[in-house]
Amino acid sequence: MSFQFSEENLQKIEALKKRYPSPKALTLPCLWMAEYQEGFISLDAIEEISTHTDTPPMEVYRVATFYTMFHLEPQEKINVQVCKTLSCKLCGSDEIEKHLQGKDVNIVHVECLGSCGTAPVMQIEDVTYEDLTPEKVDMILKELK
Amino acid sequence: MRECKIVSRRFELEKSYTLEVAKANGAYEALKKLKAYSPAEIIDIITEAKLRGKGGGGAPAGSKWTLMPQKSDKPSFLAVNCDESEPGTFKDRQIISKDPHLLIEGILITCYAIRAKHAYIYIRGEYYQYQQILQAAIDEAYSAGLLLECDITIHRGAGAYICGEKSALLESMEGKRGHPRLKPKQKEPEWYFGNPTLVNNVETISTVPFIVQNGADAYKAYGTEQSPGTLLFAMSGHVEKPGVYEAEFGTSMMEYINHYGGGIKNGKKLKALIPGGVSCGVLNAEEAEKLTLDYEALRGVGSSLGTGGMIIMDEDTCMVTALKNILEFYHEESCGQCTPCREGTGWVDKLVGKILDKRGSKADIDKLLEVADTMNGKTICVFAPAVATVIVSFIKRFRDEFEGAL
Ligand SMILES: Cc1cc2nc3c(=O)[nH]c(=O)nc-3n(C[C@H](O)[C@H](O)[C@H](O)COP(=O)(O)O)c2cc1C
Ligand code: SF4
Ligand code: FES
Repeated sequence: MSFQFSEENLQKIEALKKRYPSPKALTLPCLWMAEYQEGFISLDAIEEISTHTDTPPMEVYRVATFYTMFHLEPQEKINVQVCKTLSCKLCGSDEIEKHLQGKDVNIVHVECLGSCGTAPVMQIEDVTYEDLTPEKVDMILKELK
Repeated sequence: MRECKIVSRRFELEKSYTLEVAKANGAYEALKKLKAYSPAEIIDIITEAKLRGKGGGGAPAGSKWTLMPQKSDKPSFLAVNCDESEPGTFKDRQIISKDPHLLIEGILITCYAIRAKHAYIYIRGEYYQYQQILQAAIDEAYSAGLLLECDITIHRGAGAYICGEKSALLESMEGKRGHPRLKPKQKEPEWYFGNPTLVNNVETISTVPFIVQNGADAYKAYGTEQSPGTLLFAMSGHVEKPGVYEAEFGTSMMEYINHYGGGIKNGKKLKALIPGGVSCGVLNAEEAEKLTLDYEALRGVGSSLGTGGMIIMDEDTCMVTALKNILEFYHEESCGQCTPCREGTGWVDKLVGKILDKRGSKADIDKLLEVADTMNGKTICVFAPAVATVIVSFIKRFRDEFEGAL
């Protein structure tokens, strides 16, 4: 198998096992660890997670595909996740999206990010960027490069 | 308008999220009172205060706590719902990032009352920044010896609106897809790996310390007879100062919007308003003028208070576009277990898309209502019925706009 959890993650897994009534509960935490470790979740990682969670690989895979935040393939460009739900739409998410087109990023439409009071918003990796304007978007992308 | 800060009292303080600041300003004071009461007595206080669940449904918290066994050979658990994915809702995030110790204190009291030794906080995956603030607070609480009798573990979701539904949340916590479970016929607790479990919203649990410290009557001094207390109401959309502002139930809707929100953006007129997350039926401006912010008033007009997160739309908003936007959300988020929901959310989205593209006919509006009717009351969870309610509310109030778009 070509995927192995890092030493740090293995320790985390052991510690987490004590905090749950069943190892099955570790499925989501393990998927997150794999996602961070490799940048996506490979089929080998699914196999590996299956051994820690006492869950068949197919079931781990079914779970991984249910949740929109997991990537099952390597990501080549920056994923810019633009919220397109109502409050953001009312506050100009279309303009933000138009501005992003043609830039060297992967635009992903996502549903409400829980930042409706500071719309329009987008998320890159784990950071939410609020009160967006086209100028602000340029600044953010410049800093990320 | 009476200012009332029960949950938001420490929000404005500098470094309010640290144990030091929180403690200097009254955090963990209610814990000292705990010893004077038995677990069952704490439940009585919560029942007496008529605390209602703040995650959207408004169910009495006391009755839910009472379902938890006081004697059992299985361990009991608390699952705190911080999935907060209902569009228009962003209040729980204020609590966990501005006053996480309030939530921790509420968890400790709740776990004492229901005899749980472990609480999980299920947080939506997108809230990672806020999760880190919350985790730091939990770590501080561990170091300070506050978590000797009860553990707290954050469980991170990964992007699925439906995991906010309480049984889907527990399925997700069990390492499965977030599929809602069939409802039992009789009243019983929720189950986590077969163990009795209480699911409450972050804000519900964060209201508990105030009640235990000040008594049920102090809480009931706010709000109305049937909806006592306060809620972290919120505004987004076409309003000058969007945000989260705590107010008591029964407050006039427009007064709230004008007082805290500074009125409709750019001096425009209000056209429509969704009272508490997109799953609540839409209202027109006339209705909004007359309404108060409580469960009963909104139910009276065929809508609901939901989470109290209002989405405000000005006179220039196209209601067909707004409905299309909401239906895209539902189509994306249906968990797919029930055919009327999985297929229906796609059909209604397409039908409204057709009307929006000026390819529709009158028959399509009727068809839309027909499909909505098929989705209502025939599914595992209330997701699909909510979609039906939303569609009917839009057509009922703005039919002329839908016909005008044909
Ligand atoms: C589709 C759906 C989504 C829900 N999303 C949430 C949510 O994000 N947060 C929440 O607290 N409750 C949500 N709920 C309500 C929960 O099922 C549950 O009633 C609530 O967490 C109980 O807590 P409370 O009584 O303290 O409000 C949702 C319900 C449904 C049907
Ligand atoms: S109504 Fe929809 S969201 Fe609810 S269980 Fe059925 S398919 Fe899933
Ligand atoms: S609608 Fe975009 S964050 Fe809520």
